[in-house]
Amino acid sequence: MIRLLRRLEFFIVTFWAAVSINFLLPRLMPGDPIQQMMNRMKGQISPAARHSLEVMLGLNTTDPLVKQYFAYWGQVFRFDFGSSITYFPDSVTHVIAIALPWTLGLVGVTTIISFLLGTFLGAAAAWRRGGILDSVLPPVFAVVGALPFFFVGLLLLFIFAVVLGWAPVGFGYDVTLGLSMSWATVGQIIAHAVLPASAIIVTSIGGWVLTMRNTMIGVLTEDYVKMARAKGLSSTRIMFQYASRNAILPNLTGFAMSMGFVISGALLVELVFSYPGVGFILVQAVTGQDYPLMQALFLLITTATLISVLIADAVTYVIDPRTRVRA
Amino acid sequence: MVAQNVPPVDPLEAVVPTPGRRRGGAISNLLIAVVRSPKALIGAVILVIFVLMALLAPLIAPHDPTSNEFERAVGPSAQHLLGTTAYGGDVFSQMVFGSRQSLLIAFLIGAIATTISALIGVAAAYIGNLPDHIISLVTDIFLVLPGLPLLIVISSYIRSSGIMVMVLVVALTSWAYGARQFRAQGLALRNREFLEAARVRGERTWYTIVFEILPTMTGLLVANFLGAAVYGLIAVVGLQFIGLGDISTVSWGSMMRWAHNNEALQAGAPLWELAPGVCIGLLGASITLLNYAFDEVSNPALRPPRRRVRRRRSSVTAEAAS
Repeated sequence: MIRLLRRLEFFIVTFWAAVSINFLLPRLMPGDPIQQMMNRMKGQISPAARHSLEVMLGLNTTDPLVKQYFAYWGQVFRFDFGSSITYFPDSVTHVIAIALPWTLGLVGVTTIISFLLGTFLGAAAAWRRGGILDSVLPPVFAVVGALPFFFVGLLLLFIFAVVLGWAPVGFGYDVTLGLSMSWATVGQIIAHAVLPASAIIVTSIGGWVLTMRNTMIGVLTEDYVKMARAKGLSSTRIMFQYASRNAILPNLTGFAMSMGFVISGALLVELVFSYPGVGFILVQAVTGQDYPLMQALFLLITTATLISVLIADAVTYVIDPRTRVRA
Repeated sequence: MVAQNVPPVDPLEAVVPTPGRRRGGAISNLLIAVVRSPKALIGAVILVIFVLMALLAPLIAPHDPTSNEFERAVGPSAQHLLGTTAYGGDVFSQMVFGSRQSLLIAFLIGAIATTISALIGVAAAYIGNLPDHIISLVTDIFLVLPGLPLLIVISSYIRSSGIMVMVLVVALTSWAYGARQFRAQGLALRNREFLEAARVRGERTWYTIVFEILPTMTGLLVANFLGAAVYGLIAVVGLQFIGLGDISTVSWGSMMRWAHNNEALQAGAPLWELAPGVCIGLLGASITLLNYAFDEVSNPALRPPRRRVRRRRSSVTAEAAS
């Protein structure tokens, strides 16, 4: 319990740091971002958008920095991040609310798939030490894991969408048909998700495989596994009920944690496939210099990460009694 | 099969080399590890090819990478090995010259991030007490803050600056993981005699950290350098792909950016976007392969089981003999 409280304290300190970074960055940067932006947009920015930028950056007030800082905290707690500039006059919160389900669906599902598949493969590799799986998987995944996410995406996009024409080139659904509550739409959404999902699975599965394999190798040398063998239990039973059950702990923590990276995990994959999720919106915000939207997204991503770290800790606490003893 | 020729290493020696051994010994140990591991060897060969490509770029590339005077978006030919871009540039020449920036980025980020990680991590472990608590807290915060989004936010505010600013930003946001590893290893060394001796001699803290502790961590330093280099390479390319950083230079990242903006994949110039991507993938993979071998050296548990190797080898020789 003390341990969890200590983590809660860490959570609060980090959240404070993230919000402060978010507050200070635009104010510390040299030059006048609004003027720069006006120059770049050649006067196409509306006065209302300009005003919302000024409010966000605190340029319209003569308040001291400290006062602005507390006002900013107020905004954070009211989820009030002003209007988006690229999607003016929509509010930032509204823009994010539309993008969020796409990312949660795509990355959430792929995270679960690659966790299950990777953990199983890792356990199988460790079970047959020196077997085909064990000698092929680790180096292959070490290399694939080193490939940039978005490059794998590009490659898949080129092969399956451009050359073979099996899959749509991008976006989350068929824009010409629009979104409606029908099976056709659901099919559309799935068809559009297959390629980005594969890109994410291919590049992220290696981590699960390697962690599971390495822990499992350690667990297999434990006495109780030898004992189970000596008792003459079937190997499937030893593998699943004895060894895997303990070896899966680090992977489970990792899983709890990676749920937090769901929102930010596929930024560039979304860009490659023009998938209308949070990552795509973030890139749009960056290229359009939509600072209010960009900062709100950063805060959202950070908070999600923090919460999942906290959950990961709680999960470890619940499933692994050893951590309880130490506290 | 490939993994089975890694040389047996005394586990204790591998994890914490005896301080009596000086740097030269540790480095030659690593070199031996590379030569004996096929994986690492493949990685080293690819890396050397890229280094040669960068050094000899003017000799290898047939055209000026900045010229846009050729026919636009044509496929591969004898004159343009990888075709041309939608602006009429030679893809192959751009790719060859692009290796310079990418290698430089990887090297610099690897070096800067490793230096920061090592100094911060070891200092925290060696000094201990309150400074350790504060440093560890800051490290943990940096560890949890999501890297790429933070990078994107920072670089979008300083977008107009050159590649060196980019390198610094990436290095400054990526040291945390390494610092934790160095702290862990530093804690393991803390009460060794040679550090007691340094304390008794009255050596300064920084002298002890830099000249007594760090030389014993060559393996971790190298592994960290390689890891940070791959991360840095991919991070900068990713940022350039988004359109941040300096994308007017000849580099793999800016090539991919312009190619993607021009929908090169669909518009008949796929190599413009794919060629630099393959290079990034290969370079990243080569460094990872090298690192993989080092991991096996410093963590004996990850090495393939020795007993089975022997058995298999003897059965292979038996088969060969019969």
